[in-house]
Amino acid sequence: MNARPRANGSADVMLDVKNLRAYYVTKYFGTQREVRAVDDISLRVGRNEIYGLAGESSSGKTTFIKTIAAAIRPPLTVVGGSIRYSFLDRDIYKLDRAALSAIRWRHLSYIPQGSMNVLNPVRRVRESFIDFALPHMDLRKQQFFAAIVAHLERLQLAPGVLDAYPHELSGGMRQRIAIALATVCRPDFIIADEPTTALDVVVQKSVLELIREAQREIGSSMIFVTHDMAVHANISDRLGIMYAGRLVEEAPTAEIFRSPKHPYTQHLIASLPRIGDLSAKRALTGAPPSLAEPPSGCRFHPRCPLAMDICRETHPELVTIDPRHRVACHAVSPVVRPDRVVAAAAKQRTGLVQ
Amino acid sequence: MTGDLLNLEGVTKSYASGGLLARKTFNAVDGVSFALDASRPEIFAIIGESGSGKTTLARMILNMVAASAGTIRFRGKALATIRGRRARLDFMRQVQPIFQNPYEAFNPLKRVDRYLYATARRLAGVGRRDVDRVCDEALRKVGLSLAEVRGRFPHELSGGQLQRTAIARALISSPALLVADEPVSMVDASLRMSIVELFKALRDELGVSIVYITHDLATAYHISDRIIIMQKGRVVEGGDARAVLDNPQHPYSKLLKSAVLSPDNAGTDAQVATDASDPHSVPVNIRTV
Amino acid sequence: MLKTVRDLFRYNLEFALGAILILIVFSFAAASFFSPYPPMDSYVVAPDVPPSWAYPFGTNSRGQDVFWQLTLAIRNSLLFGLSVALMSRILSLLIGLVAGYAGGITDRILMTINDTFVVIPLFPILVLFFFMMRDNMSWPMLAIAMASLGWPYDARLIRSVALSLRTREFTAMSVFSGMSTRQILVEEHLPYVLPIVFSTTLNNMNWSIGLEVTLSVIGFTNIETPTIGTMIYWANQHTAMVAGVWWWIFFPVVLVIMTFLGLYLLSVSMNEYIDPRSRLTRMGGQG
Repeated sequence: MNARPRANGSADVMLDVKNLRAYYVTKYFGTQREVRAVDDISLRVGRNEIYGLAGESSSGKTTFIKTIAAAIRPPLTVVGGSIRYSFLDRDIYKLDRAALSAIRWRHLSYIPQGSMNVLNPVRRVRESFIDFALPHMDLRKQQFFAAIVAHLERLQLAPGVLDAYPHELSGGMRQRIAIALATVCRPDFIIADEPTTALDVVVQKSVLELIREAQREIGSSMIFVTHDMAVHANISDRLGIMYAGRLVEEAPTAEIFRSPKHPYTQHLIASLPRIGDLSAKRALTGAPPSLAEPPSGCRFHPRCPLAMDICRETHPELVTIDPRHRVACHAVSPVVRPDRVVAAAAKQRTGLVQ
Repeated sequence: MTGDLLNLEGVTKSYASGGLLARKTFNAVDGVSFALDASRPEIFAIIGESGSGKTTLARMILNMVAASAGTIRFRGKALATIRGRRARLDFMRQVQPIFQNPYEAFNPLKRVDRYLYATARRLAGVGRRDVDRVCDEALRKVGLSLAEVRGRFPHELSGGQLQRTAIARALISSPALLVADEPVSMVDASLRMSIVELFKALRDELGVSIVYITHDLATAYHISDRIIIMQKGRVVEGGDARAVLDNPQHPYSKLLKSAVLSPDNAGTDAQVATDASDPHSVPVNIRTV
Repeated sequence: MLKTVRDLFRYNLEFALGAILILIVFSFAAASFFSPYPPMDSYVVAPDVPPSWAYPFGTNSRGQDVFWQLTLAIRNSLLFGLSVALMSRILSLLIGLVAGYAGGITDRILMTINDTFVVIPLFPILVLFFFMMRDNMSWPMLAIAMASLGWPYDARLIRSVALSLRTREFTAMSVFSGMSTRQILVEEHLPYVLPIVFSTTLNNMNWSIGLEVTLSVIGFTNIETPTIGTMIYWANQHTAMVAGVWWWIFFPVVLVIMTFLGLYLLSVSMNEYIDPRSRLTRMGGQG
């Protein structure tokens, strides 16, 4: 039906992140602590693509999007790597303050988890639009409101919401307005941070539909962050799985769900409950590691059913095993274990790898 | 009646809002009735979205708030008649809560084991010498041991470990009923199903009945025996979990089920809003949703 | 504890300054135990001698050594502030925690009493108290009177914290662990309230010492007990400023300013340190 966008040709790359490292460096009464929340992440997001980023708490996914939005504050610091957007001629961290605020909303916008983060609680919705969008749209006020009303109507929101105060609206409605606000300037790139996590089931689905709708309508690219794999299954084109500050697997969403390669991803997919499925779900042992003292070698090895000696010693690189599939695992790496690619795929068909 | 572990009859909780003149009351919980059989332990799921009154109902079952109308009986004794510290301790010995956020359920400034010890000493009446053994036994039922938990602060344990510890604590007094309010919604995905499976084991091996309150139809389907679906304080549908969720009858139940995002949609045309040719296929009601 | 103080001293300028000031003031007060002559006896030294090596702070018109008198005065003032602060802390903790935890009718009754005390004008009440007591007026009496007036603001503050603690899940967890109300208040809730108690103790000392000085200067306390306030009172009685005996007023004022400043700086810096959130961060949790 609709051709899914691909991110292979460099002309179509909207965001190119290379070897990004962002650490929290804290000094508290003399003790310095370093938390490696984002550790050596490289990924690309293509034109017109929704790139899903999945991970548990303390996987570094929130830090990652803060970093690519250049919205970091000490103690979080970028230690290395580059972040290139196609609409910028230089790294986003080379921009000065004025240039940065000029691209916000116009080129790079943001849908937060709680809409109250963008909507001013004591002002009508209309004023929030004026504050955020008007400076970026080169329109006179009359034309500006006409454009906003048209945009709201495209998203099937009644223009009446402009005169409401945020507290008069339901959580789902506010989140829809946050989406309208994030898309009204037709930005090239949208960062969505758990935009549906706080919503009820029924509302969540329609908000996801709206995000999809808006993204398609303005033809922008998006990074969509959530821990909820079922949400990813329903919105993301491609999916990156983060674990303890690193990207462990990346592939088109359908492929991740059909044949996950990394043992962690395999577990995430296999343990998803489904209506109509009564099979017992197995749990991983142990807990997500502390980013302040990550395990040696592969950060997943203490919990990994496939752990080998090499996993304890060296960190597995993210290797391309298929043109659009990358995975960081010694057990499936064609370099270390060429046989395991086949074996893992075969095991996957019978369920979770023991 | 005597065979019921828990029995709710027309339970209503109403709250007043507004000032003196424009006083309005609304029913957070409205005429809810159901019963759990004492001889047959089961997992009873209460499903609802925010505002459905499911948490208020849980707090009433736990006797943390009183019902405005109707009666809740535990083993035939109405909760409203429980007076005095001894009677309340006796009730808490048999009915224990599991909370939503394990990081919130333990005081972040205190060691985790203090709640285990307090429960053993004060609720279960365990002597000083046996406390360690009793706590360790309870922790082993949930796959932990006292050695892993002793002396730890909440932030030193993962969400899953904490929630297991909370469950172990609730088990120390050998309760007949656990009331679990969204017990896995704050637990990481890789640990979530282990908690859900644990509930099953508690029912089958220890004979504990569990009132499982959730908004998540998939886990409810996975572990519950019976469910009720609540909307705005009322029960709209109830019955055998599989029967109700496989084939919901009430429009709201159908809506809930249709809104569940299936992981099997990945990369298929069933992904949300792929039907771009007709944007009006998704009506959005702006003020009520 | 010792390490904490050392760290604070090294990394927090406010704390270091405040600690130095308070240390000076306290050692000054401690020196009173080594006074060569009873500080209250008059005409033990030549009157009106300006500061010199023999009398570092000079002597006053009543033939007393200002230095030694000041050591006793500051000791009494500090003791006074401390006892008022401690007594009123006990009241505000008890009332704040109970009102916040119990809620409902208990809360409403306690807070009505609380608000009544807030609106009572303190100064006239204390003056009235003086006229009622007259010859029986002693500083313990005044301390008790001020302690029973100095708790309501902090009780309200503590109540607001207790009110939010009551709704936290760990409170319900404590109840279902069989803990008694006393145990929940003292062991679960008190640690959250302590930072407020610490910083308000220092503030309350400032408040009570200041009010005592004010009352003494105009003679509404027992003027026979040497405090910073009564010293200034006697200096005024002898028109010290007009007579050119400036050192009689100058040194007490400097010392009381040092006390105020030191207590204030300590309360600010300790507040930051004891705050549960930053404490958690230090412990390694997600604050």
